[in-house]
Amino acid sequence: MPRKLMKGNHASVYGAILAGCEAYYGYPITPASEIAESASTLFPKFGRIFLQAESEVAAINMVYGAAGCGQRVMTGSSGPGISLKQEGLSYCAGSALPCVVVDIMRGGPGLGNIGPEQSDYNQVVKGGGHGNYRNIVLAPNSAQEMCDLTMLAFELADKYRNPAFVLTDGVIGQMMEAVDLPEPVSEFPDKSDWAVKGTDETRHLINSIYLDHDDLEEWNRELERKYELIQKNEVLVEEYMMDDAEIVTIGYGSSSRVLRSAVDMARENGIKLGLFRPITLFPFPVDEIAKLPEAGIRGILTVEMSTGQLVDDVNLALKGRMISDLYSRLGGNVPSAVEILEKISELYGV
Amino acid sequence: METFLLPWRSLRRSPSFTGCDMEKKTVLRKPKGFIDVYKHKPGAEKDRTHYCPGCGHGILHKLIAEALEDFDLVEKTIVISPVGCSVFAYYYFHTGNLQVAHGRAPAVASAVSRANPDSVVISYQGDGDLAAIGGNNIIQAANRGENMVVFFVNNAIYGMTGGQMAPTTLAGQKTTTTPYGRNVKTDGYPIQVCELINTFTAPVYVTRTSLHDMPNIRKTRTAVRKAIMNAKEKKGFSFVEVLSMCPSGWKKDSLQSQQWIKEDMIPRFPLDVFRDISEDAEAVERPVPVMDPEEVKKIFGYSDFKAGTIQKNPEANFEKVFLRVSGFGGQGIMSTGIALANVGMEYDYNVSWLPSYGPEMRGGTANCSVKIQEDMIGASEVTEPNIIIAMNQPSLEKFEKIMVPGGALIYNSTLIDIEPSRNDVDIYPVPITGIADELGDTRVQSMVSVGAFAAITGLFDPEEIVRLMPSLFEGKPDKVLRMNEEAVRRGHNYVTENFSV
Amino acid sequence: MSESRKYPFPEIDSNICKGCKLCIAACPTNVLVISDKLNSKGFHFSEYIGEGCVGCGNCFYTCPEPSAVIVYLKDYVSEEVS
Ligand SMILES: Cc1ncc(C[n+]2csc(CCOP(=O)(O)OP(=O)(O)O)c2C)c(N)n1
Ligand code: SF4
Ligand code: SF4
Ligand code: SF4
Repeated sequence: MPRKLMKGNHASVYGAILAGCEAYYGYPITPASEIAESASTLFPKFGRIFLQAESEVAAINMVYGAAGCGQRVMTGSSGPGISLKQEGLSYCAGSALPCVVVDIMRGGPGLGNIGPEQSDYNQVVKGGGHGNYRNIVLAPNSAQEMCDLTMLAFELADKYRNPAFVLTDGVIGQMMEAVDLPEPVSEFPDKSDWAVKGTDETRHLINSIYLDHDDLEEWNRELERKYELIQKNEVLVEEYMMDDAEIVTIGYGSSSRVLRSAVDMARENGIKLGLFRPITLFPFPVDEIAKLPEAGIRGILTVEMSTGQLVDDVNLALKGRMISDLYSRLGGNVPSAVEILEKISELYGV
Repeated sequence: METFLLPWRSLRRSPSFTGCDMEKKTVLRKPKGFIDVYKHKPGAEKDRTHYCPGCGHGILHKLIAEALEDFDLVEKTIVISPVGCSVFAYYYFHTGNLQVAHGRAPAVASAVSRANPDSVVISYQGDGDLAAIGGNNIIQAANRGENMVVFFVNNAIYGMTGGQMAPTTLAGQKTTTTPYGRNVKTDGYPIQVCELINTFTAPVYVTRTSLHDMPNIRKTRTAVRKAIMNAKEKKGFSFVEVLSMCPSGWKKDSLQSQQWIKEDMIPRFPLDVFRDISEDAEAVERPVPVMDPEEVKKIFGYSDFKAGTIQKNPEANFEKVFLRVSGFGGQGIMSTGIALANVGMEYDYNVSWLPSYGPEMRGGTANCSVKIQEDMIGASEVTEPNIIIAMNQPSLEKFEKIMVPGGALIYNSTLIDIEPSRNDVDIYPVPITGIADELGDTRVQSMVSVGAFAAITGLFDPEEIVRLMPSLFEGKPDKVLRMNEEAVRRGHNYVTENFSV
Repeated sequence: MSESRKYPFPEIDSNICKGCKLCIAACPTNVLVISDKLNSKGFHFSEYIGEGCVGCGNCFYTCPEPSAVIVYLKDYVSEEVS
């Protein structure tokens, strides 16, 4: 496979083009601007659309328009911009429009800072905008996965006609790694039964209004069934040194990279530490986490760069049979393997 | 008696748009631009609109639907329904339809028009939608000259939500949120949108018409047809503002409402063709996307990317590289790291490169982390380096402290005249800047560092690095490549000649 | 429609008319009037007095209801015939 050293941010744009993304609509924000810059360089080479929108609000509504016309379409942003996109995302979900959003998380709340954080978890994984809906959320932790999971995001978005997120932070976005570039996607789903393409046969309606209460309830039930199906079919996790682990750390994105180092260091010191990494955040690996207490594990430490957003989901999945501890760093600080090991020894006496 | 309209002013330039082609018809009936039975409309009344008696929306709808039929555009038209009383425009138009968020129709329409460049895209909006919440969206779409038609229904009020103040509400006008009348001192003045749109360069057609009597309805008809024809011919952005009755919101009957437009609205919103340059406008062109996989790979240059083909050195001095490169901005810190990661990749190692990030980047210092190893890489930030390359004194002081014992400390002896304090690491003073200067260009110091690194670690053969030059310096002239090749050799040789490695 | 009717003439769907009177005001020959009767929606609808229409089309263009008004113009040949 052709291999190229590139930043995670660029890898995501490569993935988008390989997945047949026809349009990128975005608004600059550090640390996601590189995605827009890279798209503005690459998309025109492929005759695809790049447009710098007037705001994130406009960008997500352009995404809505392009998706409604059946295009594979993408936008990218970070915390404050994602907040602005929430109304549009709710419309996309309510109108069952597939689209891909890359969120390179930064420090918050408010303007916060541009350092890496994972504090968009709740607003992305739980829905974020108004109404009952979920985003499909993929959490890459390498440049390779920025490419691969962006491609997967397009596939899942189309499969379920739902917004899909690629959720990561500035470390993964900025980091350069070797990326094995896959084959471009050559077959695309036929959307002519719902997408509006300006032809006689495609005079469809893209809409999220259901005035009748029963109709809207039924539509929400249909969405609910869709999310159940996603939950059943699409969970992805990575397990590292879990076979004989006595203590498990849980983390995603850049913190999971640190956790991998922590596991290696722990193992060198004879501590049976394992890493459980959710790759999909929605669907969350509920069943997989629920099994942990049975596997002879005596401690679970969730590590996140947010104040307990991920650990809530871990604990929900554990259903009270165990309670995960939390170690968090914030404000742009990334936990180090050493400090995680110190925390583990403090908590579990190893 | 009201008479037929006369074609007016600048519209005269387009003889096909006199609006008098009605004479060719033998019957006037519900135009084919409308859906026969309003199937999307809930309830029993699928044969009539939801609009109040005397509402201007219905009149404008009819003019649009008629034009679409007459120009044979119904199938290829896409209507964007806004939020406002015309939120249900999609009940009626037998076109492609998208219902969208409040104010965002121009943004949605921009993407729809780019996705379907051969379609006629109509953004239909009220005054709250267009001039308040969506103000920026309309401005930017106009300024980009998107190929679309905007029909802007100015009824000086929020109809749908029950008659609140709109940006176009007249001074003194009573609404449910201006119960004492609009006070311009606190609420500002009614916004004149055509005048605003007319300040931009891109729009081709900007006009304001009214529905307050027959001559003006016919002028509106002419404007509607002209704007739609512009979109068909891909002339760009056409903007038709229509002063329109809202009898319910104004608490007047239909005829009083028409009277109110004439006497109260028009003085603030003069009817005019503000601009018509569509005749001379060039057709908007959009590229055709490349989707063929082979073509995509060619454009990416897949055949040039081959990595992991060079044999590793089993006798290298380092099994794992945890490197920090640091110095001033402009000392090639980042490119040193990237080059080493690239070379490592060619040797089929796992590699990662992470730039210093955030506030650190300000203030002229720069540093990056590089990892090169057989195993998968965990954290990409190097917190305990076994090698550092320090290009200036602050960097040396900062990073030598965190080195692990037994590591290699490379420092730029041209610029650093203090001794490192660590005595449990191997120390390599290399005049990196000096060597580069001797070669005639300070910028090649990155490659001097790379050469020195290769010699100290034994991981890379300098001649292999030289062979990789064209991919490391993609697109750079030969002269630059030669100089950088020389830099690698000189850095390498300096180390082998001065130290035992 | 009856064969004896004289072209041009308007046809108003009394059931769909919302009684806004815009057509009445727009008719140059004053041949439209508001009916005393109410339609099923409770509107006094607009009616043609039966003669005097000049086929100007005003009532059609001013009517906000797409299918309330049809105007058969001078040269109209009924679809069944043509
Ligand atoms: C984000 C958001 N804010 C507010 C509303 C409520 N809302 C619906 S219609 C409307 C005003 C529409 O007025 P206008 O654009 O003038 O159209 P009209 O109804 O007069 O035709 C408002 C404020 C909404 N739907 N969405
Ligand atoms: S409220 Fe006003 S704008 Fe809305 S339908 Fe009624 S008359 Fe028309
Ligand atoms: S077509 Fe003209 S003259 Fe005839 S009824 Fe209508 S408005 Fe009156
Ligand atoms: S304009 Fe239309 S709705 Fe109004 S009174 Fe005349 S026919 Fe009826």
